Amino acid sequence: MPSNVVKLRRQLVDYFFTGLAASLSVLVVGALVAIFAYLVLRGAGSLNWSFLTQTPKPVGEAGGGMANALIGSVMILLIGSLLGVPIGIAAGVYVAEFGRNRLGKLVRFTADVLNGVPSIVIGLVAYGLVVIPQKHFSALAGGVALAIMMIPTVSRATEEMLLLVPQAVREAALGLGIPQWRTTISITLATARAGIITGVMLAFARVAGETAPLMFTAFGNQFWSLNPSQPIAALPLQIFSYAISPFDEWHRQAWAGALVLVILIVGTTTLLRFVFLRRMLGGAG
Amino acid sequence: MRLAALVVLGIVGLILIELMQRSSLAWQKFGFQFFFGNDWNPVSGIFGALPFIYGTLVSSLIALIIAVPLAIAVAVFVTEMCPRPLRKPISYATELLAAIPSVIYGLWAIFILVPLMRVYVEPWFMKHFSWTGLFAGPPYGIGMLAAGTVLAIMIIPIISSISREVLSVVPQHQREAALALGATRWEMIRVAVLRNARAGIVGAIILGLGRALGETMAVTMVIGNRPEIAKSLLAPGYTMASVIANEFAEATDDLYLSALMEIGLALFLVTIIVNIFAGLMVWTVTRGTPVRTHAQ
Repeated sequence: MPSNVVKLRRQLVDYFFTGLAASLSVLVVGALVAIFAYLVLRGAGSLNWSFLTQTPKPVGEAGGGMANALIGSVMILLIGSLLGVPIGIAAGVYVAEFGRNRLGKLVRFTADVLNGVPSIVIGLVAYGLVVIPQKHFSALAGGVALAIMMIPTVSRATEEMLLLVPQAVREAALGLGIPQWRTTISITLATARAGIITGVMLAFARVAGETAPLMFTAFGNQFWSLNPSQPIAALPLQIFSYAISPFDEWHRQAWAGALVLVILIVGTTTLLRFVFLRRMLGGAG
Repeated sequence: MRLAALVVLGIVGLILIELMQRSSLAWQKFGFQFFFGNDWNPVSGIFGALPFIYGTLVSSLIALIIAVPLAIAVAVFVTEMCPRPLRKPISYATELLAAIPSVIYGLWAIFILVPLMRVYVEPWFMKHFSWTGLFAGPPYGIGMLAAGTVLAIMIIPIISSISREVLSVVPQHQREAALALGATRWEMIRVAVLRNARAGIVGAIILGLGRALGETMAVTMVIGNRPEIAKSLLAPGYTMASVIANEFAEATDDLYLSALMEIGLALFLVTIIVNIFAGLMVWTVTRGTPVRTHAQ
């Protein structure tokens, strides 16, 4: 074959694959845009004041809202964070600051394993740990499930942020005669604070949309409840049960709920990404 | 601090113990036969998990077939081809896909994907591929194919973000060497980039598989939830995660609960093995490459 034909063929192959990769990328981004656009379209049309302030009405009656599910989600997330965040941060500190040994490596590995455990399995375990001894579903059980899911994320984020803190900062503190534990708490952790908060918020956003681990722990509730030892409604659970119901009114509310949830999650993630993370990395760099 | 570190270890141990203990009843009654039994009949107390294992595997496989080319294309496009200003927005968009909760994918799938499948996609497959026998029966919309498609959208972000990470650690001089030999850009990507990153990309795919195996809500909402093994991909199926989600809160007797716990245990063990294996594959590239090039 003449060399210019070969050259042309190679060039065409190059164009072909560039075009292929570009168009597949467009497809993926397009899917995202389509999902969001539809969500906003359906959700915004169904979102109104009573959705945010009222509890569900019986089937067949128009109106009503998900106020109980919103407050329920807040409760469960609060319980989950209270349990999960301190453990996660402490574990992250251990791995980053004291973990240059076999235990540190093992803990980091285990956190990764825990991160990959399907959320439904976490729900089963929380059921066994809390619901069975308590003999009924409860907000507490839901909180425990979410806490277990938050720990590995928070721990990894803490670890990564602490590793960004320059060694010189630690050495300076130690050189002033400050004990190691005090250095860690007042100097290293304080330096990495913004990054760790970001990590915690990301973990929070991640578990905020979890449904599977709440199905047989928090269980859901059609009524207003603030009692942590009783079954409680949660936004994702409510979206699920409304979505698979046969009623148009409930479908409408499921879309509204989905929009609220996505705004919460994507809003948090995006805000953190653009505001705090940049400041943190800028500060440490 | 050390206490918290031990708590992390403890939790994983606790998960294992808890699942083993609570599934012991089913294990004693059925043994290994549990995983090969075809019949799931809570009323007469017969529990075989094969239909769920089949459903989990097949739906995840469909997801991989759809997601892998897309995810790798995005990763290659972003790291190697696209103009610099587009890089951040595209990778951010794929990551946003990961931030959407599973239940919302399910909602979207019920109202958008399933009707589309029923009216356009499934009839098309039936018309052109009915000879395979995989696309037989009435196009419900709901079923294995729909579940696989939702799963695919959900695992694209993880596969593409890890592939991107792996591609970006391929040393720059490998690329330069290929280009210096007169390679076109695609030839450079094929020879220098993809070949070096191969193990890591496989790892990324397996991590995606791990995610797909345990995914619950979206699948439960569109797979049809029927514990039968059907050859047709258009038929309803059931997965391990969705049988737990659907039936656990309503399981009435101890054996039933125990059988569902055993499915949970199996899911736990399988995802752990898959994730560890995938992690090792990714690690060989992200850690291995710089060292190897140093030695050269």
